[in-house]
Amino acid sequence: MFELLVLLIKVIVVMNLALVLGSLCTWLERKGSALIQDRVGANRAGAFIESDKWYVKPALPVVRMMGWLGFINTFVCDSVKGLWKEDFVPAGTSKFLHAVAPIIAVLPIMLAFAVLPLAPNFTLFGYNIHPRLAPIDAGLLFVLAMGSVAVYGVAIAGWTGNNKFSLLGALRAAAQMISYELPMGLVFVALIVVYGTLDVYTIVEEQGKMLWGVVPQWGIVMQPVGFVVLLLAGMAETKRGPFDLPEAESELAAGYFTEYSGMKFLLFWLGEFCEIALFGLLLALLFFGGWQIPWVRLPEGVWWAALVGHLVLMTKVVFFCVLQIVIRWTLPRFRYDQLMNLGWKMLLPVSLANLAITAIMKVLL
Amino acid sequence: MNQGKLLEVDFGIGGITTQARPREMGDDLHSESMIVNLGPAHPATHGTIRIVAEISGEKILDADVDVGYLHRGFEKMCETVDYNQVMPYTDRLNYVSPIINNFGWCLTIEKLLEIEAPKRAQYIRVILSEISRVCDHLTCLGASAMELGAFTVMLYMMEARELLWDLLEEVTGARLTVSFGRVGGVKEDLTEGFGARMAGAFKQVREHLVNCDRLLTRNRIFIERMCDIAILTAEEATSFSLTGPMLRGSGVNYDVRKAFPYSSYDEFDFEVPLGSKGDNYDRFLVRFHEMEQSLRICEQAIARLPEGPIIVDDPHIALVPKDEVYNSIDGMINHFELVMYGVKPPKGSVYNAVEGGNGELGYYVVSDGSGKPYRAHVRAPSFIHMGSMRKMLLGANISDLIPTFGMINMIGGECDR
Amino acid sequence: MAAASRSIEELSGVLSETCGNYIVDSARERGDLIITVLPKDISAVLHACKQNPQLGFNLLVDITAVDWMDQRKERFEVVYQLLSIPNRSRLTIKVPVSEDSPEVASATSLWSGASFLEREVWDMFGIRFSGHPDLRRILMYEEFVGHPLRKDYPVQGKQPRIPLRGPEVENTARRMIRPDLVTIRPRVAASDASGGTGVLKR
Repeated sequence: MFELLVLLIKVIVVMNLALVLGSLCTWLERKGSALIQDRVGANRAGAFIESDKWYVKPALPVVRMMGWLGFINTFVCDSVKGLWKEDFVPAGTSKFLHAVAPIIAVLPIMLAFAVLPLAPNFTLFGYNIHPRLAPIDAGLLFVLAMGSVAVYGVAIAGWTGNNKFSLLGALRAAAQMISYELPMGLVFVALIVVYGTLDVYTIVEEQGKMLWGVVPQWGIVMQPVGFVVLLLAGMAETKRGPFDLPEAESELAAGYFTEYSGMKFLLFWLGEFCEIALFGLLLALLFFGGWQIPWVRLPEGVWWAALVGHLVLMTKVVFFCVLQIVIRWTLPRFRYDQLMNLGWKMLLPVSLANLAITAIMKVLL
Repeated sequence: MNQGKLLEVDFGIGGITTQARPREMGDDLHSESMIVNLGPAHPATHGTIRIVAEISGEKILDADVDVGYLHRGFEKMCETVDYNQVMPYTDRLNYVSPIINNFGWCLTIEKLLEIEAPKRAQYIRVILSEISRVCDHLTCLGASAMELGAFTVMLYMMEARELLWDLLEEVTGARLTVSFGRVGGVKEDLTEGFGARMAGAFKQVREHLVNCDRLLTRNRIFIERMCDIAILTAEEATSFSLTGPMLRGSGVNYDVRKAFPYSSYDEFDFEVPLGSKGDNYDRFLVRFHEMEQSLRICEQAIARLPEGPIIVDDPHIALVPKDEVYNSIDGMINHFELVMYGVKPPKGSVYNAVEGGNGELGYYVVSDGSGKPYRAHVRAPSFIHMGSMRKMLLGANISDLIPTFGMINMIGGECDR
Repeated sequence: MAAASRSIEELSGVLSETCGNYIVDSARERGDLIITVLPKDISAVLHACKQNPQLGFNLLVDITAVDWMDQRKERFEVVYQLLSIPNRSRLTIKVPVSEDSPEVASATSLWSGASFLEREVWDMFGIRFSGHPDLRRILMYEEFVGHPLRKDYPVQGKQPRIPLRGPEVENTARRMIRPDLVTIRPRVAASDASGGTGVLKR
């Protein structure tokens, strides 16, 4: 009974976390890009709100500050706008496919959040709580599989747009995503070789151990090349940053989601930002020790240690989200053949070599 | 691949069809080419232009460039108004550097009248033209960078452009529709303290340019997108009648300011950047370095600005001062005649060219002795550059179309007039 | 400017040597050299201007036309502007073209840039360029009736409705095209014209 309650709470927490992280990324994008581009960004909605009612007045300064920071614009206004906009399906395409494509593109991302642990295990009221929604042993494999399924959503979305530009964008996106899954998979394999398990929780635990007693066995120390490859492959999977050719606004007028509006478009949009958060989370968990602070050993199983760990993890995730956003707003985008060259001719051999060297060193050491 | 028959004239009175080309012997049997309209409404084609491209996958097999969406009948309108009333029309030709169009027209009519504007007016023209030229290049490079994905660079350049437009606005009163030139000089003098404000603005513009340089010029991704794309050799460039940064990017040293100096340009010390390969990257660098040279010219001009009248003294060409108009009969008659009948150049025809942001901006004016031009023609560099676009696109990717088009800097108003 | 004008005498001399028999008239106006050539000779003259190393006009700057209506025997005048980058000199060539056979040889074989320029002259004036690979309207749409920059085309000309393009629409609307809806005003004799532009009444 208690387990069921815990499960329910976990579901709510994980779902909220995924969505909140995604929304936070949109806010970071708006304000962060504004900072980089020497402008202010959204700061109007709610910044001038007034009220006469006595029970509303105390909350007003907080609301105004949030409005000035752009929270109300991003979280409230954009969502309401997306929900209320007319949902337009282009003539001559299947309504079902048009509706189902964003779901296929977004659902796997949310599911991938389910297998990733968010805090160390702790005991509360005598019960052991594992802060991980689905205790699958092959966690990493599941994440990889979900990334592959998301390709379907993109391809179907481009097809149902019923115009050549959408199709071009979808083909580019699908090819790009599939090509960059290979280096990603190979990096995961190398991590498995180093840490000996597919279970992400165990990997994080293993990172707590010291390497030669000096430095913690974080992924970045054991697999620096793997980190770079995963960063690039992750940005290519999310179609972000210099790899955003499929949605290159200026060439294809928004590419594969040209014909989407309203909530379906919001789903794509939010899914993309949740995917940024997902890769941030993966990078933090696999390469940066997850919830661990280096050289600090918190007592195990205590609930406040879990909370601290969770906050540390979230800080790292936000850092990686910011990193991806800054990269996006700094670099121009790749041309399509350059992108494919990078994936097949550079990242794949590098990750293969990384795997080979890792395996050799694991045998030797 | 029969290049001439891409677009069949279908209707008997002319027309462009968008059907796929029928498959022929020698075509790859497994694929069919697709005809795509990079249509008049497209985010990357600044200005309305339509490129009908036959693509196979990502590669462009053939392209037809369709201009004329912004044709407003400039040349026909010029025949109905006075020589000075043409000025607002010329603003709207190359609307990112409107002052250069103004002064080009004024210089042409002054050549027709065989007069020269006073020195101070010439220096003011130089200063404002060069500021406008920097704005033109900022717009071109900013928009191109944005289309390549470097959004930040675009916004930095827009910020720099705002600073320069503040300068232009305080002198002329408008950011785009300046109408500042008059036949024989300029409309008004520079404001007080212009030099100091100009120096302040230039300092900030230079900082922005340094930042953009750091972000783009040696950026590996940017170089790969722009280098070795759309190469035009020097012979091809001259054969296509290209001028301006397009021609100088291919290495041909032709700048109207140096070859046929006008408006005291020979008194200033500036260099003309030249490219070597003729690809998009060279054109980008040429425009980038021209901006610095233009800033140099402005600083030299403001330092040596001579005193004097800002418009020629002839009452049949320039409006006399108001106190003479109200207090003397000659003044009133001259004012009346000038406003009612306009400047009346002698009969003849003249061609005069200035260096616009895109290249040689020429005006060919035929006068029949009355106050209205008999024929006024604009040699628009953008229009002629679009003629070379097809050659540059053949065999390129669709993704290459965007930087190529950006570097041509086609301004719709100038291309279609 | 002194360097350019000295070479105008030189240029004039070289021109009269190379294609003197083609040049009908030569004038120096306001520092520019303007020569007049007949339509049948323009090809040879342009060829000589480009290929002759002493002339060396490697850039075709502009091709445009002027409609003289009844003021001259030949109604149209095609004007070429040439530029020699190495010699820094310009040349203007005027070609009187009559209304009965408004046709001139194309310059596209010499300069590729002539392609768009000649298309514009065809569009605006109706002067054909023989040998042009793709002579169709450039600034106007294909179904446009008339040539707008001619003096007898009114400033506020009206065009007939055109059918929607594209094979999806059945072309019965094509029967609705009526070129007579465009009023081409009858010509006023030159003596009645005031200042030459009296034909165009606002």
